[in-house]
Amino acid sequence: MATFNELLTQVKASIHEVSVEETKARVLDGPPAGGSAPVLIDVRERDEYEQGFVPRAQWIPRGFLEIKIEDAVPEHDTEIILYCAGGTRSALAAQALGQLGYGKVSSMAGGFRAWKNAGYAFERPRVLSPEQLKRYSRHIMLPEVGEVGQGKLLDAKVLFLGAGGLGSPSSLYIAAAGVGTIGIVDDDVVDESNLQRQILHNMERLGMPKVESARKTLQALNPDVNVVAHQTRLTSENVLEIIAGYDVIIDGADNFPTRYLLNDAALKLHKPVIHASIFRFEGQMTTFLPDSGPCYRCLYPDPPPPGMAPSCQEAGVLGVLPGLVGTVQATEAIKLILGVGETLSGRLLVFDALGTKFRTLKLRKDSECRVCSKDPAEIELIDYEQFCALGG
Amino acid sequence: MATVRIPTPLRKYTQGQEEVSIAAGSVRALIDALESSHPGIRERICDDKGAVRRFVNIFVGDEDIRFLDGLDTPVKDADEVSIVPAIAGGVG
Repeated sequence: MATFNELLTQVKASIHEVSVEETKARVLDGPPAGGSAPVLIDVRERDEYEQGFVPRAQWIPRGFLEIKIEDAVPEHDTEIILYCAGGTRSALAAQALGQLGYGKVSSMAGGFRAWKNAGYAFERPRVLSPEQLKRYSRHIMLPEVGEVGQGKLLDAKVLFLGAGGLGSPSSLYIAAAGVGTIGIVDDDVVDESNLQRQILHNMERLGMPKVESARKTLQALNPDVNVVAHQTRLTSENVLEIIAGYDVIIDGADNFPTRYLLNDAALKLHKPVIHASIFRFEGQMTTFLPDSGPCYRCLYPDPPPPGMAPSCQEAGVLGVLPGLVGTVQATEAIKLILGVGETLSGRLLVFDALGTKFRTLKLRKDSECRVCSKDPAEIELIDYEQFCALGG
Repeated sequence: MATVRIPTPLRKYTQGQEEVSIAAGSVRALIDALESSHPGIRERICDDKGAVRRFVNIFVGDEDIRFLDGLDTPVKDADEVSIVPAIAGGVG
């Protein structure tokens, strides 16, 4: 009867070992011309894998290796490199695969420890904590979301233009959904007249910058969310820098100059914009995708001149209206992040609250649009004169 | 008669009515008829040369007339014509 050490010595003599340097060269740096890279398999346990793994490795714990290997690697002459934490379990695993008929199996000497000590990059899998599994369970149950989709939401970065009527409901739902980074652009402070519709804020926040009030509300709702406050107004000077860091932009601006500036800047940087605007009892919603479909200027080529803007003299809005319209925006953003369903790109959804009527109108890309038909690099940003803010 | 959907910002010209019924053969004729029954509304839709303003869209059914025959786009009885102006509010 051999001791473990005798067994290990015997096994190591019978299998092939490769160094971490060779593994990196063959798996990550690309195979020689005409050749194919070996399949890299991590045979450690879940808790070890969660701490980090070699990029491109498949994870099959040692206990399941023989059971799963034929699905993972159907051809017996495929080259396989196995690794564990230090090189012992992968040596034993290499022997087992040899017994199953795999002829080109190696064990990575020194294992993941040697990989890390060599200073090579490793990745961490997206792992949901027990609290997150509970919090997002109703998402995770949906096959269209699942743990992978919830991971996408947690990794996503969404920017809100305005923490007002539209930004309130949309950012609340986006935060509840677990979007990991929420940026908010707003230079205003909370006023009592906001509270009829801006449900991010409350009586204790009067006079507080809206971005600060929004941060408090959203972080109290979901501690997973990192709220980035941009207490400013968008201008041609700062717009590119601000939007560059986000995946999706939700436009709830209260004025035309910002909307046109955002459209042009988003096209320049290939960012999707979820658009909505509201007036009294009516809302308009659509989604502008950067590389397909129409843009805001295909719909409305130029802003109205001062005095023609319908909202100037006739302010007022039914408080619940932005609630409905803003949640449509949040829905669009979540679908875009998950890559499921069909967005409003190419469709303008018009809602009339008085008649409780939805109409869907077709939007088309204007082949002569003077912004989106251009090379994005040539788009010049314009600061239109600030002539009409609906305000408060 | 075609049904014209009046957007909220223009309802002050229609005494608050959200829909107006008009018999007209084209969008141009429809706007003329709308102006005679509701004076002042044309100026909000068309510029002084008679062209539809660049921040207003008119749809016959769900199609934008800019991608049909513009103001000459035919209008049939039972068509729904929507006037959709740009609105800015997010109500900041």
